[in-house]
Amino acid sequence: MDIHEYQAKEILSDFGVKVPNGGLAYSPEQAAYRAREMGGNKWIIKAQVHAGGRGKAGGVKVCSNDNEIIEAASSMLGRKLVTHQTGPEGKGIYRLYVEAGVPIDREIYLGFVLDRTTQRIMIVASSEGGMEIEEISANRPESIVRASIDPAVGLVEFQAREIAFQLGIEPSLTQQMVRTLMGCFNAFQDLDATMVEINPLVVTTDHQVIALDAKMTFDDNALFRHPKISELRDKSQEDPRESNAADRGLSYVGLDGNIGCIVNGAGLAMATMDTIKLSGGEPANFLDIGGGATPERVSKAFRLVRSDKKVEAILVNIFAGINRCDWVAEGVVQALKDDPINIPVIVRLSGTNVEEGQRILAKSGLPIIRAATLKEAADRAVSAWKADKPTITKLKAIS
Amino acid sequence: MSIFIDEKTKVIVQGITGRMAKFHTKEMIEYGTNVVAGVTPGKSGQIVEGVPVFDTVKDAVAATGAEASLVFVPPPFAADSIMEAADAGIKYCVSITDGIPAQDMMRVKRYMKRYRQENRMVLTGPNCAGTISPGKSFLGIMPPHIYKKGPVGIVGRSGTLGYEAASQLASLDIGVSTSVGIGGDPINGSSFRDILELFENDPETKIIALIGEIGGPQEAEAAEYIRDHMSKPVVAYVAGLTAPKGRTMGHAGAIISAFGESASEKVEILSAAGVTVAQHPSVIGETIANLM
Repeated sequence: MDIHEYQAKEILSDFGVKVPNGGLAYSPEQAAYRAREMGGNKWIIKAQVHAGGRGKAGGVKVCSNDNEIIEAASSMLGRKLVTHQTGPEGKGIYRLYVEAGVPIDREIYLGFVLDRTTQRIMIVASSEGGMEIEEISANRPESIVRASIDPAVGLVEFQAREIAFQLGIEPSLTQQMVRTLMGCFNAFQDLDATMVEINPLVVTTDHQVIALDAKMTFDDNALFRHPKISELRDKSQEDPRESNAADRGLSYVGLDGNIGCIVNGAGLAMATMDTIKLSGGEPANFLDIGGGATPERVSKAFRLVRSDKKVEAILVNIFAGINRCDWVAEGVVQALKDDPINIPVIVRLSGTNVEEGQRILAKSGLPIIRAATLKEAADRAVSAWKADKPTITKLKAIS
Repeated sequence: MSIFIDEKTKVIVQGITGRMAKFHTKEMIEYGTNVVAGVTPGKSGQIVEGVPVFDTVKDAVAATGAEASLVFVPPPFAADSIMEAADAGIKYCVSITDGIPAQDMMRVKRYMKRYRQENRMVLTGPNCAGTISPGKSFLGIMPPHIYKKGPVGIVGRSGTLGYEAASQLASLDIGVSTSVGIGGDPINGSSFRDILELFENDPETKIIALIGEIGGPQEAEAAEYIRDHMSKPVVAYVAGLTAPKGRTMGHAGAIISAFGESASEKVEILSAAGVTVAQHPSVIGETIANLM
């Protein structure tokens, strides 16, 4: 789960990381008020969206008076911000963070990640702050310093000191740097984060180490033990279909194609998408109905896939182990009877109770296209979708 | 004996009193798995599917001499149960549980290192379908009848995609020595490389199917091992050709976040190491048949 910059800063600040003064605003007037409340003569207005690359996309503006603040805030609020991380649909700006400007001497990149190679938390830092880590590793790989943290003892002070020296931090600032690193690590560990990124971490001309930006991502599997973090979830930043699916115990990712998929198991779901592509079609989504799916859950999955208006054919691929083909078949039949559709539906069933499942499909009298193998299912889905296209156009023309 | 288990291996089920665990314990016993006990704290004295329940893994091991364990415990408590098994002298543990926090798994891995290599438990999973040596025994939730006995070793992240491969093989009348699920989580007990090493040294296994997916470094690590250390042929399929970058595809570990983690990059790395790559998920069986 992602959270906003201002929320990450609040958390990190509680763990001893220094951040600039700032305040949240939901309207241009509130933004101006926040600035006046803070004092000073330079403020940064920052769009709060769950994505990086905000600066280049116009989501961060430096202002020096009320008028500029109101103008900047009005231009952002209610708009969609499109950055290289959001996809073309962008993310809605509903909150702004107003922050006091700080005099920057140098910028540092600081990241904490879950490293899958060492299976430990790893610190990644670079003297080239401000750039994204992908850019840094492409252009200035020699500037990157790393440290791996032993889960049994946590981050040890000497490791933090080593990083400070490797980054060329002025010796008088070592303690501040150690405090920052320790704070980030403790927040990461105590709150089950999977990523903490401060880019840039700055050294100011008045010798302070300050987190100018902050990004935190949390382990969804650990949210059960962090109710306060769960409350920070902002559904406005999620694809509504995906959050809808997650709330119903389904794992869904929307894509750009037009053949909807309903599959059990993440690996098989990806393989089904791949097969559709290799058969000449484009998958509309990833959807894993999970294990032990009841007819109701299958019906819900059907409704979810159909709610995507791009979908022009639906492929159901089930290899039942812990699942039951008869339940899946019942779910499919139920969904189609409750709400008939005029797009092709292709069903491939295999595994537990397959005969019963096939019988239910056959008995239903519905025009379900059946397939025996994954390839056959994908081929039939793609050809049915292609054949069906003129009909759909015709129907639309008539209505 | 197959790489982890055979019909003699004494197995306990942790969390045996749960609904799912009961169901799968019954399936395992019917198949021939030597299930000797179950463990649920506070429920000792009960009998589930004909086997006695103990409060602790230590008690179960002391009473039955169990060597393998299947962990069916819910996510918040699963890491604790795995460490309990490691401490009680269990040699091989399979964890089915999906949804264990990543830092809990880091702690588990670190904890297991306390034991000397020769006493250290081997863990496969979590978030996997389990392990089966057809005709002998299985620990997990797979439909066992789709596996025929034979010479192919299967190792994969995904449960259902593993079933797909096994049934393609069965339809070509080819069987499996052992199929191992290493699970879809970012931090797992055993890697592809660990299992490949066991298959390389297993006389029952002649050829290996590796079923990978997007995310993480373990397919690339496997490629290096295959290139440098393996004499047996390996066929691979990597799922997620159409998966977008930066999105989690169901499995917590199935996310492309770094260079080399996409399906096409993994295919390239594996091909360069001499692995025969099945380009299409429906030709995994055929590709293996052609190499036999």
